Amino acid sequence: MVNQNQISKLKRLSEIIISIFSRPSGMIGFSIVILHIIIAIISPLIVPYDYKEINSLIMLRPPSEEFIFGTDQLGRDVFTRTLMGGRVALLVTFFGTLIAVAWGGFVGIFCGLVGGKIDDIVMRIIDAFLAIPWILAMLLIVVILGTSTEVLIPALGFFYGKGIVRVARAATHDVIARDFIMAAKARGHSNFSIIWNELLPNVRDAVMVEGAMRWSWMLLAFSSLSFLGFGVSPPTPDWGLMISEGRGLMSFAYWSVIAPIVALSSLIIGINLSADAFAKALGIDRTQKAPV
Amino acid sequence: MSDKIQTIENLSIGFKSQNGREVSILKDISTHINKGETVGIVGESGSGKSTLALAMMGYTKQGLYTISGQCLFKSKNLLNMTDRDLEKIRGKEIAMIPQNAGQSLTPNLKIGYQIEETLKLHSTINTKDRQLKITELLYKVRLPSPNIMAQRYPHELSGGQQQRVAIAMALAGSPKLLLLDEPTTGLDVTTQAHVLELLNEIAKDTDTSMVYVSHDLGAIAQVSDRVIVMYAGEIVLDGDVREVLSSPLHPYAYGLLNSIPKLSLPGLPEAMPGTPPQLEQNIKGCCFFERCEFATDKCKNSKPELFIPKNKKMKVRCFWHSKLSDKQYKPNYDTHSANKTKKLDEVLKLDKVSITYTKQSILDQLLNRFSEKNITVKDIEIEVNKGETIALVGESGSGKSTILKSIAGLLNTKNGAINFKKNITLSSDVRNRTNSQLRAIQLIFQNPDESLNPSHTVQEILSQPLKLYFQLSGDKLEEKIIDLLKKVRLTESYLYRFPRQLSGGEKQRIAVARAFAAKPDIILCDEVTSALDVSVQAAVLKLLQDLKNDMGTTYIFVSHDLAVVRAISDKVAVLYQGRLCEFGPSSEVYKFPSHPYTEVLLGAVLEPDPDLKPVLTAEDRVEESPPEIGCSFQSRCPRVLGKKCFTETPPWQISKNGNAIRCHIKIENLFKQQTSEN
Repeated sequence: MVNQNQISKLKRLSEIIISIFSRPSGMIGFSIVILHIIIAIISPLIVPYDYKEINSLIMLRPPSEEFIFGTDQLGRDVFTRTLMGGRVALLVTFFGTLIAVAWGGFVGIFCGLVGGKIDDIVMRIIDAFLAIPWILAMLLIVVILGTSTEVLIPALGFFYGKGIVRVARAATHDVIARDFIMAAKARGHSNFSIIWNELLPNVRDAVMVEGAMRWSWMLLAFSSLSFLGFGVSPPTPDWGLMISEGRGLMSFAYWSVIAPIVALSSLIIGINLSADAFAKALGIDRTQKAPV
Repeated sequence: MSDKIQTIENLSIGFKSQNGREVSILKDISTHINKGETVGIVGESGSGKSTLALAMMGYTKQGLYTISGQCLFKSKNLLNMTDRDLEKIRGKEIAMIPQNAGQSLTPNLKIGYQIEETLKLHSTINTKDRQLKITELLYKVRLPSPNIMAQRYPHELSGGQQQRVAIAMALAGSPKLLLLDEPTTGLDVTTQAHVLELLNEIAKDTDTSMVYVSHDLGAIAQVSDRVIVMYAGEIVLDGDVREVLSSPLHPYAYGLLNSIPKLSLPGLPEAMPGTPPQLEQNIKGCCFFERCEFATDKCKNSKPELFIPKNKKMKVRCFWHSKLSDKQYKPNYDTHSANKTKKLDEVLKLDKVSITYTKQSILDQLLNRFSEKNITVKDIEIEVNKGETIALVGESGSGKSTILKSIAGLLNTKNGAINFKKNITLSSDVRNRTNSQLRAIQLIFQNPDESLNPSHTVQEILSQPLKLYFQLSGDKLEEKIIDLLKKVRLTESYLYRFPRQLSGGEKQRIAVARAFAAKPDIILCDEVTSALDVSVQAAVLKLLQDLKNDMGTTYIFVSHDLAVVRAISDKVAVLYQGRLCEFGPSSEVYKFPSHPYTEVLLGAVLEPDPDLKPVLTAEDRVEESPPEIGCSFQSRCPRVLGKKCFTETPPWQISKNGNAIRCHIKIENLFKQQTSEN
């Protein structure tokens, strides 16, 4: 027998999806994000040139029919490198976000539930971390442990989970004050069952929306690291790195930076728009106006 | 005749729905307010009464707009005025008193300053005289020592006092028209009666017109001269308050009056079938067609107009009103008879239960000693028999919900014992109770929006107790759930809906079904009907009564609504400040309220009859904490004997009718005093 509850829930999910795509922000945002993801996956198959092939004869060619975005200072095709430039960034930040949501959500819900001294101590530690400028901390980690993806994913995940702790904790506080939690307690359900069945489904939405917002921030952070030379190492194509390399030549070879800048900002805008539409579809309105 | 202060002509207000259709909330409203007149607007949630009241001051909520018609104040249309012009009228000519004064006062400014702001805006009084005016206003709303009050912050006042300050602020501009949106809904019974009395006096003294919006016909009856009954965005009845309430000519108003439990009549009120139409629904004929017992094809296809029947002082929107005027308005109550003859088994006994929220001092904790200070609930002794409905009544802060929570094991008792079925002592912590003890006691909460998990379907909600207590699964679980739905008069089609897809009444039915799923011995009902509309409330009460008769369940019913308690309970326990004042069979308690507090409480109840005025004997005051010694009601009691009341805890006395009271005055003397006063 097909579980009717799941059908009801899928229906709810489809309602949310329809609601997301019926908003201009959701439609545009998700289209951009999906396009970026598709390009990141299939780019090795469709790019016209080798991304690392250096050719001193065709350095800094302006856009033409042959090289539609021109070439960079080493004669590499900018179009090829731009298409492939999001691969590492998306991979690192996607898994980084998952880690951030997982640990941030867990610690936030835990603190919200236990309260008292433990909550106080954990939250003060989180506050202390929030006070450290993330870029300095990241640089320190990268200098000590290297710039491999195995280091970057957990490091970014850790730094961007702190904000999620706060959101998850606040959402937990809201939910545990409600009567259905008290009703479950009075019925005598176990703590685990109360957390799993009653609390989590209601905290999930807020945490997911926050996670989506963090993703865009993390993307920017990762690109900044690359820009400073601490992210992806050459010759792997990466937008941050490309912008950094082309920066000095910007006054006469603008094309080598325009493409990665547009690519990076469109992805960030796309994620932000999607997160907003997602929040609205779930009924979490972050842009409520005062009734004046 | 009296002049019209405001005229509303063919007003329709609505919004654009998602698919671009125009949906109207108010449909073609035409009425007027006379000078010095108090008009009550009554209707259930969603009837458009608040939208109408806001339109009267030229305000439409965000997203709404005026479709047609106008709202004329001094022959100027408020609805197309500029904001600048409206500012001059609002507060000065038309003032509004909101529902929740606590939220509408700015918390960080002193009361006096907030009133002064209004005075600065809307009068030309100079600074020196302004202080005098503030004192005068606060005196007018009968706040004690107005000069000191003006220096207080809103949180230092009680709910009733805050409402009085809101009234004083509204009066500051000496408006011609006062709009009141459910001004007494959040208040205690006695406070509400006092505030209404104040409003009546103000109306008389200042000759201000008032529009009183409420769902409570009792309050409307006390203050209004004229009453407008609204249903689905239309005026269905508009006329003199006495005539409307004594012989309502519209079937909706008739049903509404019938569904209100009344103090004077025992038993359950009649419920109105059906639900109001959806906003999006396109209604060609009468909006009440679907729920009306007189409905014919004529009602379905053509809309009745508002007109004045012969020899009547009201306008009515119904083709068949004559059928109603023939049918004498006679409430039809099915009285429930308590099975008195049968020997009843005791299922629950509270033995000297005391509860406190304050932490005990370390010294007391170390010595394992019970400190007598700041006890929220003290020495409660109640016996509950099988199949009975026991009601706990009292005003806010009387500890009634606290007692329920401790029976459910959600709050630790500090002293005393909760005995279940004579020989089992229930642990005061829910975690230490056995599965069968947990099953035996179930809770229903006040607000079903809060008590049902929004991310679960009805099937999941109902399966939880079944899985937990009976380990049901598969087809058996499904069968049982459908069976439960039928018991609460819902169909199988509700199984996979989410709570937000249900109406308020349906949600509460699901909550009731969830409690009954455990086959409990005792169900604790915490204000289960106060979040519901009157007609829905009657249906839920009826359902609870039917289920009790079928299953032999015992209810412990907490409510602040004394008429509801009268309708459903067999025994009543009256609480004041966490101390029991009176306990006895409800018929006796309501007939001979012997304890002074019960008398005060019952005197303040508002009945939907303008000739039954509330009796206000005690001072309207909220006490912060109960007195440490003596009678708990000492400081408000109208019958204080003397020193004894302040120093000695009063003894229990049992009257010949079977109700027990805790008072120093001899019970016979109390009777004598009461009857001689009447």
